[in-house]
Amino acid sequence: MVSGDHEPTIVAFLCNWCAYQGADLAGTSRMEYPANVRPVRVMCTGRIDPTFILKAFAEGADGVLVGGCHPGDCYYLEGNYKTIRRMTMLRRMLEQFGIEPERFRLEWVSAGEGTKWTKVCRELTEQVRALGPLHWWENVREA
Amino acid sequence: MAKPKMALYWAASCGGCEIAVVRLYEKILDLANAFEIVLWPCIMDFKYKDVEALPDKSIMVTLFNGAIRNSEQEHMARMLRDKSQVLVAYGACAHLGGIPGLGNVSNRQGIFQRVYRETPSTANEEGTYPQLSSQVPEGELTLPEFYDTVRTLDQVVPVDYYVPGCPPVKEQTEAVVQALIKGAELPPPGSVIGASEKTVCDDCPRTKEDKSIKAIYRTYQIIPEPEKCLLNQGILCAGPATRGGCGAPCPQVNMPCIGCYGPAPGAVDQGAKLLSAVTSNIDSRDPEEIERILDAIPDAIAAFYMFGLPVSLLRRLRLEREAATAESAH
Amino acid sequence: MTEAKVERRRISIDPVTRLEGHGRIEIFLNDEGDVENAYFQVPELRGFEKFCEGRPLETLPVITARICGVCPEAHHMASTKALDAVFKVDPPSPAKKLRELLYSAFMVADHATHFYALSGPDFVVGPDAPPAERNIVGVIGKVGMEVGGQVLRALAACHEVVAMLGGKYIHPTCGLPGGVSKGLTEEERAKVEEIAKAAVKFGKLTIKILDDIVLANKAYVDMILSDTFTHQTYYMGLVDENNRVNFYDGQLRVVDQQGKEVAKFPVSQYLNYIGEHVEPWTYIKFPYLKSVGWHGLTDGPGSGIYRVAPLARLNVADGMATPLAQAEYERFYSTLGGKPVHATLATHWARVVELVYAAERLLELSQDPEITSTNIRTIPSETPGEGVGVVEAPRGVLIHHYWADENALAKKVNLIVGTGHNSGAIAMSIKKAAQGLIKKGTVISEGLLNTIEMAFRAYDPCFACATHSLPGQMPLIVSIYDSQGNLSQRLRRD
Repeated sequence: MVSGDHEPTIVAFLCNWCAYQGADLAGTSRMEYPANVRPVRVMCTGRIDPTFILKAFAEGADGVLVGGCHPGDCYYLEGNYKTIRRMTMLRRMLEQFGIEPERFRLEWVSAGEGTKWTKVCRELTEQVRALGPLHWWENVREA
Repeated sequence: MAKPKMALYWAASCGGCEIAVVRLYEKILDLANAFEIVLWPCIMDFKYKDVEALPDKSIMVTLFNGAIRNSEQEHMARMLRDKSQVLVAYGACAHLGGIPGLGNVSNRQGIFQRVYRETPSTANEEGTYPQLSSQVPEGELTLPEFYDTVRTLDQVVPVDYYVPGCPPVKEQTEAVVQALIKGAELPPPGSVIGASEKTVCDDCPRTKEDKSIKAIYRTYQIIPEPEKCLLNQGILCAGPATRGGCGAPCPQVNMPCIGCYGPAPGAVDQGAKLLSAVTSNIDSRDPEEIERILDAIPDAIAAFYMFGLPVSLLRRLRLEREAATAESAH
Repeated sequence: MTEAKVERRRISIDPVTRLEGHGRIEIFLNDEGDVENAYFQVPELRGFEKFCEGRPLETLPVITARICGVCPEAHHMASTKALDAVFKVDPPSPAKKLRELLYSAFMVADHATHFYALSGPDFVVGPDAPPAERNIVGVIGKVGMEVGGQVLRALAACHEVVAMLGGKYIHPTCGLPGGVSKGLTEEERAKVEEIAKAAVKFGKLTIKILDDIVLANKAYVDMILSDTFTHQTYYMGLVDENNRVNFYDGQLRVVDQQGKEVAKFPVSQYLNYIGEHVEPWTYIKFPYLKSVGWHGLTDGPGSGIYRVAPLARLNVADGMATPLAQAEYERFYSTLGGKPVHATLATHWARVVELVYAAERLLELSQDPEITSTNIRTIPSETPGEGVGVVEAPRGVLIHHYWADENALAKKVNLIVGTGHNSGAIAMSIKKAAQGLIKKGTVISEGLLNTIEMAFRAYDPCFACATHSLPGQMPLIVSIYDSQGNLSQRLRRD
């Protein structure tokens, strides 16, 4: 395991109305950001079952990002409040499992925040790269 | 015509599932009349060799309880899979990993070190650990290999049916045994039997209201009201994310459900679902307040994965890289 | 996993059966054909002392219950009492009585299942009886269907009492630091009283069966008193302030081979008295008395090995706390030649004495004016620290010791479990039985094989097994090889 020279895989769950639009804006504005972040669009971060995040880590992700509307601006009013509550507990649980808190990030990115999006992506990619690959499957090999 | 054969075997188990079968009382005679029991180490003196000698698929049904913790148990799981037409994962340990599955917070080295060196009553200056093979003056003695990770039965061999519970409740065991005796048509392989298709909340007689949790209490901090839903009162109860069919005996003695029947139908990871159900109903929008409320859940493993750590998506806590590769006690 | 090894001078019995847990016996013969040594190996471990670390303290009663599905009540209770100590909280008196009520019902059920289903076949039907009869069906044949039905009803009733308070019989849940989660209504109390009265009657019936079928038979009494099944060990048990047997609470008392007290101490001090020895050929540890030290698998005053469970409890106590049990206790000792009794097989009788006590105690508690009180919880207010909880499990002294962290999680856990105390004695008993029975020129008979098992079975009745259906098959393969490695005899018992 050599940290620093592998390409981390980061799965990002982005809400349709804010974060995904912000990411899209970064793209159409031709801003550069690392290709390590793979977006998955959901209608609202409140849709995000913690199962998705666990599955991402279990199946090879080195980092996970959840992006939603700023609190108070949720398209469905309450969704991102539930997200805060869930993700707060989930982060503690991930840490208990041995997944470093820097691998998991909750961000609020509005539709107009293309620049913020690229910044988040760059930061997270470098943080996760420094931690090295997670390779969760190595934990569960037989015996 | 010869009676069909049945086997009952226990792996890393407490014996409670054996008692659950025996607690059929007089109805167990029906079982004995319908089947020829060829293996039941807790009750009968058949040896492993007798089962090895049987042709493949000659045992009609095997009830296998207990998780897979060591090499002997893995060997028996594979053997019984070969010899049996129908293999049933009976009880929480075979189904989910169960309480022994909590061993996945550690590994062989961690467990051995605690059990054989650190515990204050243990006098072991020499650092003796159980060995796979040891020499005594008269010859060689062997022990099965203790694995780093506990596994469910279906993580080792394909399983035909799951009967959940710790242990499966009497009425459900009766129903399953009756179905086997009658040769009734069973649901498709891979199904959970002896349980309901809803959650424990459906079995539970307490009054449920909309949840808005302002504080979470640990069971010793509060005396709950007898009629109201425990979760409504801020007590962490696994009911909403646990498969029903047990009759909810625990909430009826004022203790919360701890999830022994496993995930509800359709759920992949019970702990994730329970975490989501409980936390989303916290009545706060303030991140700091939320953190404070969640301080009442200092251990996510017991809270969300009491029985289901091996079957969960992550399966175990991260092995220390050094311990995973270093020379172990064996 | 082993099969019968084709090794020189070796007999493997794998697995040992009709007990709780996994076990294997390896017998080594010397060149003369006598038994050189016999090893009892426990091939399993789950690691509770490790994986309880980091768990909320209040979950330990339900986690540790899963150490044993036959005696979960014992672990649940020891754990709950440990929590009282850790949280420095004293439960209200009705809560303690409710706990002891549940516990007494459990002891009746557990002791009855062992006597009728496990040891019963060896005695009621006889060790030399045909295997087809040496099971509960044979027992019922000897004692009658009427009695068989009574046994089942008594068991079901005691299970019901436990479920009233703990939700279910297998893995009940009601123990909290400072009390219990549920009390008894007057209607429930009346039901318990009715069940308790029937249990006392059932205890008397069990004494009569023991008398008529076991004690009236000189051959059995001779076997019980034979040297092959005798060990001169120390004994340890829980006694109340009058030195009477108590399953739920008290101090630990140790007596020597002459029955003289050598130690009596509060359970919190157990570490000063008990050490655990490790061997590389088994996963189980061997507790011993620190004051004497570990000197190997031998008995006598020079060996730190001590025994627990019914025989030990009676040897350690000055009497029983209830009248019928006391009368039976006196009869036990006058019949067997005074205190202490070292005969391992006498454990089965001692168990009946305890069954009677548990039933009488259940009745006493069901009639206690406080038992329907709703004052059953004290909420802890102190910061949790460290504490020890001890009960007498059916199979012996059960110790739970917890250390708390600042979040009321278990920081460390130490457990010494009933049968564990006896692991040294079990190993000795098997070796002695094998040495006494297998010699050069011995024809390996049916009785021999069963007798080796009986040496084991007396210690570990952990199973409510054989309750109904034993088709009478007890296959056991014993392969005897001479010192040249030739198969000299193979006996199959099918």
